[in-house]
Amino acid sequence: MSEKASIEINEKWCKGCEICVDVCPRDVFEMRNFVAKVKDIDKCTGCMLCEQLCPDFAIIVHAPEKKKKSVSV
Amino acid sequence: MDYLQYLRLDKFPHIWCAGCGDGIALKAILRAVHNIGWEKDNIAMVSGIGCSSRTPGYVDFNTLHTTHGRAIPFATGLKMARPEMNVIVVSGDGDATAIGGNHLIHAARRNIDLTVLIYNNHIYGMTGGQVSPETPMGDFATTAPYGAMENNFDISGLTIAAGASFVARCTVYHANLLGKLIEKALSKKGFSLVEVMSPCPTAYGKINKKGTGNEMILNQKQLAVRVERAKTMSPEELKNKIIIGTIIDRELPEYVNTYEKIISQAQRR
Ligand SMILES: Cc1ncc(C[n+]2csc(CCOP(=O)(O)OP(=O)(O)O)c2C)c(N)n1
Ligand code: SF4
Ligand code: SF4
Ligand code: SF4
Repeated sequence: MSEKASIEINEKWCKGCEICVDVCPRDVFEMRNFVAKVKDIDKCTGCMLCEQLCPDFAIIVHAPEKKKKSVSV
Repeated sequence: MDYLQYLRLDKFPHIWCAGCGDGIALKAILRAVHNIGWEKDNIAMVSGIGCSSRTPGYVDFNTLHTTHGRAIPFATGLKMARPEMNVIVVSGDGDATAIGGNHLIHAARRNIDLTVLIYNNHIYGMTGGQVSPETPMGDFATTAPYGAMENNFDISGLTIAAGASFVARCTVYHANLLGKLIEKALSKKGFSLVEVMSPCPTAYGKINKKGTGNEMILNQKQLAVRVERAKTMSPEELKNKIIIGTIIDRELPEYVNTYEKIISQAQRR
């Protein structure tokens, strides 16, 4: 696996709720035409918070093992 | 983890509104199931009617979508007939505490080995926002245009008094903790209940000016207080707060087990 995290957004399932934009501690997402888009993947720490909190199963975070740390909010 | 392996993908996107908490709760259930390592075929998910009760339609387990308020009786029958099955009930606050309220307390009293997840959104979501036994006094609903006039049930207090083995509460915002509490509930032998605070922006949020789904979910961060901390706070300080964590975890005789013992006793005679 690469050292960097990568994020898949399923635009067909995204309902534009903006939860990912609000909860990401690193400001990785932005909204474009009511759909979430990755704005800056380099800032992603792989914390998985966006994946856990997207109600629509529209985000998959592929985080390298050492970056992946389980969040507790 | 891969959530999609547990889903009926042809049923997606799901019906829940943008910013509804129910999808976050479903993810927490799937993480719990995954961590325990249960086979999909050894799980049965049962529900009544409501937005929350649509959950079994999306999972690739054995599923039973029943009538409004009656998920627990169906689940009880299923568990008695197939004790090896891991039975999970997903219910709304209307489904579980209004029309199904008596089933809830009696299942807790029997301490039958079911896990009941009550998604509390303070309202009847599916039918457009009628008042529920969980609508806070003074809050608005389509059937409470001057504000709800009744006290709420305290779901945890009710089920603890009735005799449940395990009772917990969590917000969807605290998704990681929610998954862990559901895992504990699923692993518990006996009646286990998790009250899941899941915002309904459409039928409750709008009429009560609570903001959009993302705002309601973010707000849970401010509202939640851990059980341990709540013990050090006064009732005034806890007003309008949501206490999250394990509220009770105790060993009590379990119903299916007792029933099996009676059968073998009777057969020995
Ligand atoms: C016997 C019966 N009475 C009433 C209804 C109409 N009904 C459908 S869902 C519902 C309430 C849903 O509220 P809740 O259980 O809180 O679930 P939510 O939709 O909020 O998740 C009602 C009253 C019904 N389907 N069956
Ligand atoms: S949380 Fe999910 S559904 Fe909501 S905007 Fe982000 S990707 Fe879309
Ligand atoms: S994994 Fe964490 S840091 Fe990366 S996009 Fe999601 S919330 Fe932001
Ligand atoms: S009406 Fe409320 S509970 Fe039902 S899907 Fe919409 S937000 Fe969720």
